[in-house]
Amino acid sequence: MKIVVLVKEVPDTYGDRKLNLQTGLADRAASDTVLDEIGERALEVALSYADANAGTEVVVLSMSPESAAATVRKGLAMGASSAVQVVDDALAGADLGLTAEVLAAAVQRIGYDLVIAGNESTDGSGGVVPAMIAELLDVPNATSLNSVEIADGEVRGERASDHGTMQVTAALPAVISITERLPDARFPNFKGIMAAKKKPFETLSLADLGVDAETTEASRSIMISLAEKPPRTAGTKIVDEGDAGERLAEYLVQNRLA
Amino acid sequence: MTDFQADSILVLLDLTPSGELTKSAAGLLGAAAGVGTPVALIVGAAGAGEQAAADAAALGATHVLVAEGAEAGAQVTVPGADALAAAAELVRPDAILVPNSIEGREVAGRYAARSRSGLAVDAVAVSRDAEGVVAHHSVYGGAYNVDSAVTWGAPVITVREGAVDARAEAQPVSTEQLAVEASGRRAAAIGRVDEAVVTSSRPELRGAAKVVSGGRGLGSEAQFALVEQLADVLGAAVGASRAAVDAGYVPQSYQVGQTGVSVSPQLYIALGISGAIQHRAGMQTAKTIVAINKDGDAPIFEIADFGIVGDLFTVVPQLIAALEARKA
Repeated sequence: MKIVVLVKEVPDTYGDRKLNLQTGLADRAASDTVLDEIGERALEVALSYADANAGTEVVVLSMSPESAAATVRKGLAMGASSAVQVVDDALAGADLGLTAEVLAAAVQRIGYDLVIAGNESTDGSGGVVPAMIAELLDVPNATSLNSVEIADGEVRGERASDHGTMQVTAALPAVISITERLPDARFPNFKGIMAAKKKPFETLSLADLGVDAETTEASRSIMISLAEKPPRTAGTKIVDEGDAGERLAEYLVQNRLA
Repeated sequence: MTDFQADSILVLLDLTPSGELTKSAAGLLGAAAGVGTPVALIVGAAGAGEQAAADAAALGATHVLVAEGAEAGAQVTVPGADALAAAAELVRPDAILVPNSIEGREVAGRYAARSRSGLAVDAVAVSRDAEGVVAHHSVYGGAYNVDSAVTWGAPVITVREGAVDARAEAQPVSTEQLAVEASGRRAAAIGRVDEAVVTSSRPELRGAAKVVSGGRGLGSEAQFALVEQLADVLGAAVGASRAAVDAGYVPQSYQVGQTGVSVSPQLYIALGISGAIQHRAGMQTAKTIVAINKDGDAPIFEIADFGIVGDLFTVVPQLIAALEARKA
């Protein structure tokens, strides 16, 4: 069994996140970057399966700037067998379509029985890439799963849908995505961190994957304007002197909010 | 054979498991009517389309394509993408609008990947310029406004549920069965479906006009009931901070924040929530923010229009009593 886990470096949501107003790109220097937590959970699903099933190979895959290599390496320290990072200047500002094409090509090159991703990243929050990759690979998408069971050549689980849940089953190979209902990821321990240094870490370019970022055959989504909203400012702040509830009721009524 | 307007906007509408249009339909058709002529697509099990089509016309669809088939409820995403491909081929729209729901966005993703269309997700509005339909996004928790367009062809745009207030005029019902050729793409099979039971009369968090949220300051699951009492007096939805969810006071579906639900209500009341950036990213686009917290230095006060430094267990009951007295 070979499992490819998609991981992503994102700005830490516990700090301020900035977009560069000139380039429209995420300002990576403005905030701490971390391995996206939902991707860590996806990796945990793969590692738990590997713990219980000898002969399982877990590959972490990321499309990111070269600077994200250290973040991707955390996946190795957690226990993945190898890592593949797709790095190419032509990918700066890549839209969803190009991102999916690159990741699908990389997954194809790595070889896979199962691809595991988070259901949506904390920065783009698109929630579409796993389904797009499944389409490009012509495999089922069993996405938005609250639980995952891998056995007998198929993957099963409870899909969190918009109006309830549904039990879904997909024959392997398949692409799945998981929700925050899956368990927290393990922490890399010292042994894992040391072992990570000796694990295979492959860097691929678009040329390696045979993907043309500039092709006009695909329509791309492009940013045409970007503006920072003025930050909110504080309004009235009172210290309760026994009548704060009354005063708030007054405020809500005056503003037609109650 | 219907002739479609040159400015047609194809709108995929979601159905609930019991076959009704979801609440996002009105906003999607309203958004479509603002930039062109809305043509709706409904994908459902056999017999599901008729009532939903009539409802779509009432919400502004000039024409409704109905793709009915057994696969719709039996396979994940693929039947929707196949129907969308057939509808787009027939209508040749200027843009395709899809709800940014779990089901909707995955159909949009598969279709966009297949047709190599430009995909823009989570738009809060759409407009039209000389070159076509533009999607407007609110990103990083509403800190930035971003506009996007596609390099050519009809953009596929998923629209945030509850974000569009515009409504279209009702149209006469005009329905057409859409013949869909199955793509044969491999799909996951759907087994048992458990439709979420609506257990309260409270509004849904997503798209609610008013939200009352509780944080760690509520102290326990039992005491979280105070949040619900205030919500019910105001007719508001109930939310929570991640801290309250992690502490087990409420289920994860209540979580407002970067991970969780993003809300943009008229009124947001934060009770016992410190206001970590993680939380603020999911609610700071609210029109009016009220915060009650013991800690006068809590960051939530930096964005609150009305902040009260005090004990929520004395302030909130007084507030509830005052509001009820005014109603009586």
